[in-house]
Amino acid sequence: MNLHDLVSQLIIDSKGAADVLMTPDSSLRAFLPEIVICLTVVAMLAIRIPRIGRRVDMFWVALAGACLGLYFAAPWALLTVSDAANPATVTRMEIFTGMLVYDTFAVFVRSALFLFLVLFVVFTRLSGIPDHEDSPDIYTLVFGATLGMCLMVSANHLLMVFLGVEMASVPSYALAGILKGRRKASEAALKYSIYGAGAAGVMLYGISLVVGLLNTAHLPTIGMTLAEKFSGGLATVDPGELMVLALAGLLIGVGLAFKLSAVPFHFWCPDVFEGATAEVNAFLSVASKAAALSLLLRVAIGFGATVPEGVAPGVRTAESETLSTPEQQVTGLFRVVDDPVTAGAGGAGEQAAPTAAEETPAPSAAANEPPTAESPATAGESSADGAVAGTVQEATQTPSPAAEPTVALAPVRSFIAKLIAFFAIITCTFGNLAAYGQSNIKRLLAYSTIAHAGYMMMPVSAAVAMAGIDPAASSQAVAGLAIYIVVYLFMNLGAFAVVAFLRNAMRSEEIADYAGLIRRCPLTVVCFALILFSLVGLPPLSGFIGKFAIFASLVEGWQTLEAAGEPGFYLLLLVIVGGINTAISLFYYLRVVKVMTIDPEPADRPPLVYSDVSLAGAYLWLITLPTAGLIVTWDWLSEMANAAARNLIS
Amino acid sequence: MSAAFLLSLIVFLPALGALVLAFMPSENKEGIRLVTLGITIAVLALVVGGLMLPPDYTGGWNEGLSFDTSKAEVQNVVNLPWIPSFQIQYFLALDGISIPLVILTAFVTVLAMGASWSITKHVKAYCILFLLLETGMLGVFVSLDFFLFYVFWEVMLLPMYFLIGVWGGPRKEYAAIKFFLYTLLGSVLMLIAILMLYFGSDLRGLTDEQLVASHVVAAADSPALAVIRESTTPVHTFNILALQQIGQSTEQFSRDLQWWCFLLLFIGFAIKVPSIPVHTWLPDAHVEAPTPISMILAGVLLKMGGYGIIRICYPICPFGGYDLMWVVCGLGVASMIYGAFAALAQKDFKRMVAYSSVSHMGYVVLGLGVWSALARNGYNPFYWDMGIKGAMFQMIGHGVSSAGMFFMVGIIYDRVHHRNLNEFGGLFGKMPYYTAMAMGLFFAALGLPGLCGFPGEVFVVLSVWKFSPLLAILSASVVILTAAYILWALQRVYLGAEYKGPHEDHITPSNFRENLIGTTLLVFAILFGIFPYQFPGGIPSVLKYMDASIDAQANALADWTRDVADADLPAPSAAAETAELTPPASTKLAVEPVHVEKAPSLEL
Repeated sequence: MNLHDLVSQLIIDSKGAADVLMTPDSSLRAFLPEIVICLTVVAMLAIRIPRIGRRVDMFWVALAGACLGLYFAAPWALLTVSDAANPATVTRMEIFTGMLVYDTFAVFVRSALFLFLVLFVVFTRLSGIPDHEDSPDIYTLVFGATLGMCLMVSANHLLMVFLGVEMASVPSYALAGILKGRRKASEAALKYSIYGAGAAGVMLYGISLVVGLLNTAHLPTIGMTLAEKFSGGLATVDPGELMVLALAGLLIGVGLAFKLSAVPFHFWCPDVFEGATAEVNAFLSVASKAAALSLLLRVAIGFGATVPEGVAPGVRTAESETLSTPEQQVTGLFRVVDDPVTAGAGGAGEQAAPTAAEETPAPSAAANEPPTAESPATAGESSADGAVAGTVQEATQTPSPAAEPTVALAPVRSFIAKLIAFFAIITCTFGNLAAYGQSNIKRLLAYSTIAHAGYMMMPVSAAVAMAGIDPAASSQAVAGLAIYIVVYLFMNLGAFAVVAFLRNAMRSEEIADYAGLIRRCPLTVVCFALILFSLVGLPPLSGFIGKFAIFASLVEGWQTLEAAGEPGFYLLLLVIVGGINTAISLFYYLRVVKVMTIDPEPADRPPLVYSDVSLAGAYLWLITLPTAGLIVTWDWLSEMANAAARNLIS
Repeated sequence: MSAAFLLSLIVFLPALGALVLAFMPSENKEGIRLVTLGITIAVLALVVGGLMLPPDYTGGWNEGLSFDTSKAEVQNVVNLPWIPSFQIQYFLALDGISIPLVILTAFVTVLAMGASWSITKHVKAYCILFLLLETGMLGVFVSLDFFLFYVFWEVMLLPMYFLIGVWGGPRKEYAAIKFFLYTLLGSVLMLIAILMLYFGSDLRGLTDEQLVASHVVAAADSPALAVIRESTTPVHTFNILALQQIGQSTEQFSRDLQWWCFLLLFIGFAIKVPSIPVHTWLPDAHVEAPTPISMILAGVLLKMGGYGIIRICYPICPFGGYDLMWVVCGLGVASMIYGAFAALAQKDFKRMVAYSSVSHMGYVVLGLGVWSALARNGYNPFYWDMGIKGAMFQMIGHGVSSAGMFFMVGIIYDRVHHRNLNEFGGLFGKMPYYTAMAMGLFFAALGLPGLCGFPGEVFVVLSVWKFSPLLAILSASVVILTAAYILWALQRVYLGAEYKGPHEDHITPSNFRENLIGTTLLVFAILFGIFPYQFPGGIPSVLKYMDASIDAQANALADWTRDVADADLPAPSAAAETAELTPPASTKLAVEPVHVEKAPSLEL
């Protein structure tokens, strides 16, 4: 293969076809929202350079960028359409030579991130935290962090995992200290960055262990390599290697736990939340958490399960135009498949694929896919989608039996699921117990965020545990997580919006100062009460829907595992712990509501300059409406979440 | 008017009313109260006129809606898909178990609203929460989809918390959070059980007839049926009727699963009933709650626990009930005895009434739990059937009498602002009409024949004989304790020469509003005592509504005991078989209270 071939393949990989700007199924099209973010950041920085640009209100630039990103991120109809002939349909596509993956889950979470970004930009305008001078800085940092989060959501390679985490974290450190001159803010930023740097270092060490041992950092390939290693059962694996693998898993887990603020890597969270402004807290607690959970899911599935086969960029366009020529095939060339070992250990499939691709004129998706694609079962399944009819043919050429990699990975899955379950239990319980003693509303919400991270880790554990037994049930668990993310977005954004507006109104963030507020601003207090009860998970508020979906996935996981003869009791334990935690969490959320509604007004409260009937009040109701009214009809959300989870696990 | 519209209107009219109230100016207190009262009366009118009265009494507008007491199956069915991805349906219906409770709810709510004129603080918020509470209560009784049931069950919590927490007495915050926490803990356990049942269920295991009977599919030829039959994966369900069928006629729920689910659900419902040892929220909540809310709590909310046990625990998890029957009955008797002794020991008038609720609701648990259809009784469902009917009657009777008692306590508390039993006395002379009402209502609670407390208690106590003579003796002797604490209280409060407490000058005769509410309650306490089955003219009173449905359920569970639980035992004698196959005996049983007393005595 000469340089010319290489370049032309790269072109196809990024643009989909050589002679157009970009096809609907190209890497660039899939990456468009991120590109929009980059352009917005550049625009915001560049507009400031000429003197006249100083007068431009960056809010509008940011809002336009966020809306445009949302528009491109959400191929609105396509999540529910499973029309595989349409090149724009999202199934699963590894883009940029396998570094990132563009699938329905990525679309879903990324759309949620952009929706949040739009709401967030409006929120900052209303709360007035970035003044005219600061706004380019803040919006640049926020957009930069969002870019990192988008990478986290669609990471398909350990390098991108690390890159995404860092790109999301570094702007966040600066955001935490954005209020210059406040000691607490500086303390928060310093703590956050030191903690972050430590966690990142540990995580990088873990990644290097994995790559050193498995000779690959491409997540699906890691899964396949591990499957090869474990194919003879747990006993045949060298105990030393096993130890290193477990250690690497733990170290990577540390990095992820830091982003998730999971116990015991949560210490930064309350301090940062107390020091940073409520706006930044909203950003950290919603966007950062959603991205971190998606990343956890990606890594867990990458290590412990096999992924369904997807299409390569440009293939569908080529098919639909019947222009397929051998030059357009993209084989697993530029992906960092570190060939020596893959060829040695899992190599049979890897080598067979390109050969097959050369023999058959049909464009090969399986070729771009690591040996996963060689399982007839998975091929059969996605050919139901009609995505890659041609690959069935190839799949039959390889001898590896259907469920073998999935079965071989069972010990890995069990390890990961139990690890996540363990952290979920302690995170959830600790977060709720620690929140009980807080007197500052931001610290309280910080611990609430920690507890919710615990709840949200639960379905990940169930999804991984079920991945090898019942992929459909496993996808259902992921859908539960997706529902929770959306519900949580509105709840926590609303909570921090109330905190920010009340801070503006009375310069205080102490719960005690909220006493008797219902007599001053009843509408806002009702909003806040609804949001807090929703955080508890009480029906008919939307928090219950999230909790219901999560608990349902856990119970299903327990029954699926028991039916398959595997120990699944820890999933039932998760439900019970989750249930008891719901009751515990009632205490502290209710205390805030009680202070606002039942307690008498204090005599020495700072004067309150705030009106319910204002733009801020309207914004609060806009945010609260989904929380209060989602119960009426949430089937669309559930359907969407199911569609999002469809192409994740095979 | 279709059944769908009528039932939905009954449930959601209060919520719509709350929405309307939200836009009324909060200064107009009297207007807000009147609108709220109007809405509760409208709901009662819809219930009575639409569901209760036969069409020839209403000019025929409720043709096809009026409740047919001869049918055991659910009626007025509303079944629409709601969240198809979880097979959740908007499924409302009524049967003989739920309709008396719906009527009771609508009735007590009107009276409680009438009693709410004494609330003067934040009237608008109070009325909004009050109406939301009514929606939640009615929703619990009419929804037959487990998810929907759970949502309504929890919807009541928030309004109740605030109603106690804002408008309550000195320790209101403690009482409110205790109530909230207990109920939430119970309902979380319930949620786990619901999910376990949901994922354990598979509609493909039911016959076509069962699917149609449980309203999963509209008819045997509907396309939904074909979808279920052709499915390759299990079709889960939240349909309570289908879950009952699955629990009793298939092996999808293993014995262990049923055991655990029964336990989890029973804890959730026992907290609501409340049964010892999870009753401790009740005295606090009752004492601190304002009078109208105490009426609702005692009159309606406690009944949800009993309703859940009979509707959900036993039919869905019969193995659990079978294995734990001694636990359930033991808890019932223990609650009765403990509640009575605790009531005897109280110095606070309202607390005494609260503990009397614990004792009286013990009858309900006992009556629901006397699983006497066992091999040694030849699987005769007769006595269990009687126990369930007694429990149901006790719920209605207690709903009337305890609401009345709390109202009576409230009237005197409004005047003298204390509730110390030892600082009353001589009220008969100062408030004669009030004292007469109070005497009547307290005697009703005591279980005096001819009043609404009697039929329920006697049914339950008699039905226990065939289950366990020891428990029967214990439960019968509780009547003595009941008489002791009620008569002693009456003596200390109403009789005697002179009033011994503070604020003597504030004691004025009860006003017209109070008399109206109290008299209404007293009249129904008497009517239900004299006509427990039906009123003259064929209008059903209490027992006629539930006859067919409870017979069907008791027979089904007796059959289940014989065919499934005791399948390993040798077949019962032929005589026993015939006894089992004559269920109509139990239908006739309840025609007159006299009749009831005689029938079991023949057996003894």
